[in-house]
Amino acid sequence: MSDRTIDRVAQATPVRAARKIRGLSDRAIAWIFISPTIFLLLAINIFPLIWTIKLSFTNFKANRIGREIKDVGFRNYERILTDSDTWLNMQATAHFLFWTIFFQVLIGFALAWLINKKFRGNDLWTTIIVLPMMLSPAVVGNFWKFLYQPQIGLFNYIIAWFTGKDPSSFEMLGSVQLAPWSIVIVDTWMWTPFVMLICLAGLRSIPDYIYEAAEVDRASKLRQFFTITIPMVLPFLMLAVLFRGIENFKMFDLVVQLTGGGPGSTTELTSINLKREAFEKWRTGYASAYAIILFVTVFGLASIYVKALNRVKQR
Amino acid sequence: MSSFSVTEPSNRSKWIAGFLVISYALITMIPLVWILLTGFKSPADAISYPPKVVFDPTLEGYVNLFTTRTRQTQEFLNANPPQNWADEIVRQYDMVIVGPSKFGERFMNSVIIGFGSTFLSIFLGTLAAYAFSRFKVPLKDDLLFFILSTRMMPPVAVAIPIFLMFRNLGLSDTHLGMILLYTGVNISLAVWLLKGFIDEIPREYEEAALIDGYTRFQAFYKVVLPQAATGIASTAIFCLIFAWNEYAFAVLLTSATAQTAPPFIPTIIGVGGLDWPAVAAGATIFLIPVMIFTILMRKHLLRGITFGAVRK
Repeated sequence: MSDRTIDRVAQATPVRAARKIRGLSDRAIAWIFISPTIFLLLAINIFPLIWTIKLSFTNFKANRIGREIKDVGFRNYERILTDSDTWLNMQATAHFLFWTIFFQVLIGFALAWLINKKFRGNDLWTTIIVLPMMLSPAVVGNFWKFLYQPQIGLFNYIIAWFTGKDPSSFEMLGSVQLAPWSIVIVDTWMWTPFVMLICLAGLRSIPDYIYEAAEVDRASKLRQFFTITIPMVLPFLMLAVLFRGIENFKMFDLVVQLTGGGPGSTTELTSINLKREAFEKWRTGYASAYAIILFVTVFGLASIYVKALNRVKQR
Repeated sequence: MSSFSVTEPSNRSKWIAGFLVISYALITMIPLVWILLTGFKSPADAISYPPKVVFDPTLEGYVNLFTTRTRQTQEFLNANPPQNWADEIVRQYDMVIVGPSKFGERFMNSVIIGFGSTFLSIFLGTLAAYAFSRFKVPLKDDLLFFILSTRMMPPVAVAIPIFLMFRNLGLSDTHLGMILLYTGVNISLAVWLLKGFIDEIPREYEEAALIDGYTRFQAFYKVVLPQAATGIASTAIFCLIFAWNEYAFAVLLTSATAQTAPPFIPTIIGVGGLDWPAVAAGATIFLIPVMIFTILMRKHLLRGITFGAVRK
C-alpha cells in the first residue's frame, strides 16, 4: 500500500500542512461517511432486536398499556417449543421451502441451460421471463386468488380444459390438500426467473476452452454436462438457493394474500402465525419469543449453509 | 458463423431451445396479461364462465378505481343528466359519482415513501460504500456482514418493536416513519451494491485529483460520483422497487395517512365482494412502472438481486 504515489506524497507533507491541504483526515472522513448508516441500522434493526429479546421474557401485551408487566423467564420459549401448533407451522414452512426450491432450481436451471444455447432473440425473452419476480408479491398474490377461483378462475379453467375435470370440482385455495400446493405454484411462477438468472451467470462464466479441451479428449456431451457444466454452476446454484431459502423462510406477503394461512392452518407459515400472535391476539411477549426463535433458526441455518457453500467454492 | 466451433450449439438445438424458452415465457405472461385484460372488463365479463378472452372493453374498472359512487333514485338521475363519460359509465348501475376514491392518495403515498426512502438510502449508502471501498476501516468485514445480516430478520419479527417504538415517538402511520423504516431496510442493499460499483472505479483517478490539490471530499464528489453515476442510478432503482413493492411493514404499521398502495389494492370492494376489474386496474397502474424499470435495468438485474454477489 505504501508505495502508492498518493501515500508517498502524504508522508512527505508535514501533518499540519497536510490537514490544511486535504481538509479532514481519511480516518475522520471514513467515520463521518459510515456512522450515519451504522446509526440508522442500530436504530431500525439492532435496537428493536434487543427490545424484542427483552420483551420475549415478559407477558407484555401491546394493546394494554396500563397492565403490569411481569417477568416470566423462559416460559414463553417453553410454551412455543412444546406447542404442537408450532411444529405444524414449521412443517408447513418446510413443505413450502422444500418444494419451492426444488421446482425453482429444476425449472430455473433448465431455462438457463436452454437460454445459454444462444438462440436468436434470447435476450428479449429472458427479459420477459424475468418480469414476474420484480412485481409486488402482495398485489400479484391477490390477483392469483382471482385466477384460482373455482368456477370463474382462469387457472381452474385451464386445468379443467387439459384434464377434463369440472372446473368447479376443485378449489385450489379452499382445499386442505391443494392449498399448500397453490402457494408453491405462485411462488415458483414468481421466483423461478431469479434462479434462472443466477444459473445463467454461472453458465456464462464457464470458458469455452474447457469444453474444447473435453471435445479433444472425446468426452461425450452427457459426460461434459456432468463433469463440467454441473460442478461449475454449482456454487452459483447454491447461492441462488441461499437467497431463496432466506426469502421464503420470511415469506409473508404472497401467502397472506393468497390463503391468509388457511384453510384451517394448512398454509400457516411461521411468519403468518407470528403476525397472528403479535397483531391479532396481541400476545406481544409470546410473539417476541417466537420472533427470536425464528431469527436464530434462519441465522443458524444460513451460517451452516454458507460454510458448505464456501467449501464448494474452494474445490 | 464462418469457422466451425465445437462449443457453438447446432441450429437444431437452438430451435428446440428457443421453442421451449418462448413457450415458458408465454405461459408465464398469462397471469400478467390477464390482469391487464381484466382491468378493461365489465364486472359481469370479469366473472363470466367460461373466462372471456374477447369482450367489449370498458373503462368501468378504472372509473370504479378512482371514484366513490352511491346508488340514487330514478328521479334524481333524471333530474341530473351525466356530466361526462365517467358519469355515463356509472349511470348504467343507477349510480352517481360522489367523489374521488382513496386510490390516488394511496398511490401518492407509495410515490412519496418510495422516492423519499430511495433518496435517503442512496445518500447514506453512497457515503458508506465509498468509505468501505477506499479507506482502511477497522473491522470492515464484520461491519459489512452486520449490514447484510440485518436483512435476515423476518419483517413481521422486526415489526413488533418498531410498532412500539413508532408509537412512543409519534411516528406511527406517518410518511417520515415509513421513509426511515424503508431506508433502514434498503441501506444494506445500497451499501453492498454501491461498494461493488465504486470498487470498479480505478483509484488512480482520485489520486491524480488529490495530487492536483483537490481535498478528499472534492475528489469524492467531483471525480468518484460522476464515475459511479450508472451504478448509483441502478442501485436507486432497486431500492425504489423494494420500497414500492413492500407489503408486510405497510400493512402492519400504517392504516390511514401513510398507507401505501399494496395493502390498499386488495381491499377494493365493489358490489358483492371484491371489484375485480377495479382491483386489476389498480394492479395495472401499480405494476407498469416496475415493468418499465425492470426492462431498463436488465443489464444490472442480476447484480441487484444478489446484493452484488454475482456480476456479469
